[in-house]
Amino acid sequence: MTRQEPGEAYAEFVKGLWKENPIFVQVLGMCPTLAVTNSAVNGVAMGIMTLFVLVMWSLMISALRHVIPKQVRISTYIIVIATFVTVADFSLEALSPGVHKALGAFISLIVVNCLILGRAEAFASKNPVKLSVLDALGMGGGFSLALFMLASLREILGNGSFFGVSLFGPNFEPWVIMILPPGGFIMLGLLLLVFASVREARQKVAGRGERKAA
Amino acid sequence: MTGQLFWIFISSMIINNFTLSYFLGLCPFFGVSGRIDTALRLGLATIFVMVITSICASVLNAFILPHAPYLRLISFIVVIASTVQFVEMVIKKLSPGLFRALGIFLPLITTNCAILALAIFQTQRHYGFIEGVVFALGAGAGLTLALVLMAGLREEAELSDIPSIVRGTAMNLLIAGILSMAFMGFAGLFSGSS
Repeated sequence: MTRQEPGEAYAEFVKGLWKENPIFVQVLGMCPTLAVTNSAVNGVAMGIMTLFVLVMWSLMISALRHVIPKQVRISTYIIVIATFVTVADFSLEALSPGVHKALGAFISLIVVNCLILGRAEAFASKNPVKLSVLDALGMGGGFSLALFMLASLREILGNGSFFGVSLFGPNFEPWVIMILPPGGFIMLGLLLLVFASVREARQKVAGRGERKAA
Repeated sequence: MTGQLFWIFISSMIINNFTLSYFLGLCPFFGVSGRIDTALRLGLATIFVMVITSICASVLNAFILPHAPYLRLISFIVVIASTVQFVEMVIKKLSPGLFRALGIFLPLITTNCAILALAIFQTQRHYGFIEGVVFALGAGAGLTLALVLMAGLREEAELSDIPSIVRGTAMNLLIAGILSMAFMGFAGLFSGSS
């Protein structure tokens, strides 16, 4: 077991936020992303729910990773996730019935969010508790960040409001398609496009720099 | 009764298409749909799993869950995982060629949100046994339809001259967005419908 320096732990946390952002880079967990991001409140609520489930569950799986037999591990993961999701579902219903109604079935669908199962296979089942929790926080944070970005853009363009606060006044003609299903697909596609072009531009600059140095 | 069933079938297949309107089953949608025949096979396997899940969900809803509503999610998930395992074994026995062709995608049906959503919607809308099966058939058919359409479009796109920054997921998302818009046109199919 190698000794962990603080830098390494920090890196585990940060990678989930941007470099390996679950939605923008890994393209996992698409279903809830597109469905609930038609308003910023819903997007953020879903992000927090997923973060909660991801962290609790990474903690548990990582703590029990030597105990769970290999053959039943997928079933075990799924049942544990389902339990935490049920907890989160009821908590949300108690805390905020409005948001719960808006998110609807998609809270339950966190169970089959490929992001969560993916993190299990890739990380929590193989790493100590501290690193797994940091990884979960990073991935969940990145997921929430992405949801927030997408949801804000869609709400601002499609409804003229941000977190329910009207931004442009009554004469604004909202771009309604943005809050409808096609808008979800298109908005995320455009965001990915922007990131890809930024990445390419950066690579070009880096390439030019290398050639100059050579 | 048949009018009601027909309406459930058509609405779940086309008007409220599981993939293009409800954003369900997106992982296979973006992951698998590179080729039409793979997409079709996966779609059919999904329909089969959906129908079985629907039947089990109806039984669960009728007899067991009224006593323990908080176990709903867990029991649905266990049913789905077992059904997929069972389907895997059956296909392996009956048609090894098909099993090899489907590969990893078969176990991935377990995490297909469309199936769990099917069970949840069915519970929320209080569908009976037959309505549930018809709903599953329609939803599965809609999913297969979306998968095959996407596969066809992507096969075409492979041969076209598309800039490199767009290729990959961004392009697939934009294609999906336009498909979704097209399907929105079905919204007025039944006049006076809710």
